[in-house]
Amino acid sequence: MSDVRVLVGTRKGAFVLTSDGARKDWKVSGPHFPGWEVWHMSGSPVEPNRLYASQVTEWFGQQIQRSDDGGETWEPVGKDFQFATEPGTHLWYDGTSKPWEFTRIWHLEPSLNEPDTVYAGAQDAALFRSDNGGESWQELAGLRTHESAPQWSPGAAGMGVHTIIQDSSKPGRMYVGISAAGVFRTDDAGESWQVKNKNLTSNFLPDPTAEIGHCIHKMAMHPDRPDTIFMQKHWDVMRTDDAGDSWHRVSGDLPTDFGMPIAVHPHEPDTVYVVPLKSDSEHFPLDGKLIVYRSKVGGNEWEPMTNGLPQQDCYVNILRDAMAVDSLDSAGIYFGTTGGQVYCSADSGDSWEPIVRDLPAVLSVEVQTLS
Amino acid sequence: MIRVKLPLHLQRLAGIDGGSGFVSVEVSGPVTQRSVIDALEEQFPTLLGAVRDRSSGRRRSLVRLYACGEDLSNEDPDTPLPEAVASGDEPYLIVGAIAGG
Repeated sequence: MSDVRVLVGTRKGAFVLTSDGARKDWKVSGPHFPGWEVWHMSGSPVEPNRLYASQVTEWFGQQIQRSDDGGETWEPVGKDFQFATEPGTHLWYDGTSKPWEFTRIWHLEPSLNEPDTVYAGAQDAALFRSDNGGESWQELAGLRTHESAPQWSPGAAGMGVHTIIQDSSKPGRMYVGISAAGVFRTDDAGESWQVKNKNLTSNFLPDPTAEIGHCIHKMAMHPDRPDTIFMQKHWDVMRTDDAGDSWHRVSGDLPTDFGMPIAVHPHEPDTVYVVPLKSDSEHFPLDGKLIVYRSKVGGNEWEPMTNGLPQQDCYVNILRDAMAVDSLDSAGIYFGTTGGQVYCSADSGDSWEPIVRDLPAVLSVEVQTLS
Repeated sequence: MIRVKLPLHLQRLAGIDGGSGFVSVEVSGPVTQRSVIDALEEQFPTLLGAVRDRSSGRRRSLVRLYACGEDLSNEDPDTPLPEAVASGDEPYLIVGAIAGG
């Protein structure tokens, strides 16, 4: 039977949770990098024991850590994220132009094919690539220097690349999500990028259908259906079936379609998960009830998953990178909360149990299925 | 040798946690804040960017720099440090500011 390893980044360190495929008895390792924010951890699909972590504090800046033994030991690797060309400017909250400035790495996405290659999404929005296991980084500057970049602006959390999706069926094709600019696609491995925001609507913009400025919260793709991507936007759950050329709304009967994460079932490309929050002003579950909504038909028709989740007095947030799936036959769905819980469903969402209850606020959750 | 006291997080980054938190660095030439931090970063490359911003070279805003009971955080980094620091009698203190939760 396969094992699973859950990589949890929190506000005060990293944790590694492991179990056999039953997902009942968990071993908790950590905190690694205690006291530091760990924005994201991820493992190589090619070399699963190779893990990366983005470790950062306001005090001492950015560190990237790498493990080659599944998280038992770590070593700091390269952290020199230099823009490849002269930093331009983007819009600031007050409408003025502000020079690009590196702040932190939001998301690390290892290559699907090359164990030494990993992508890093940065705030301010930029994309970096390492081909030597994180020892050094080169910017894929075509994204930051896109002709629309002077019009990009930060969301409340900053202006960062939080989603990096590789299309395994088309070498060189990749998508990124930037809050608050939108979706961009490259077909030439990051040299050039196209805006993919058609039909996105954001009422906080002076022109709600503007080409640029949409606050994408998270996107997810099933590898067997790469032209279909699901998106949790600031408001709206969206879907594209033409590789981002156009989007349509699939919020359907959700009680609220504001939320942060979104995930796709590992074996059913039309089964999608979201965790609705009350509103963009109140980032907590509606009526104090923590509910995962599942659609088995690709959106519009959603069913509430409540079994094992708190149904009163629950006012946690679930952040954009804090939901993931394993690929066991009976699929596991996982999410972490700002209250420090990490929940697991070993039956595709039908029932839930907390793996841990009292971690620091969870920033990110990734899952590895280990054979 | 100049004695430098590191905060806990930087001790861990430097791989010296569990001890006193003091490291000794050697500076050739004038002993200034810049030359001491240069020597520290050369000896512990994992500290690059952790005390000073890597692009601008400026002190990170939540790092404070003290010696001999004085706050040197905003002093010219090329001003010579007190003789007591240069001689190793007094440490140069790198401090994480009290902030946040």
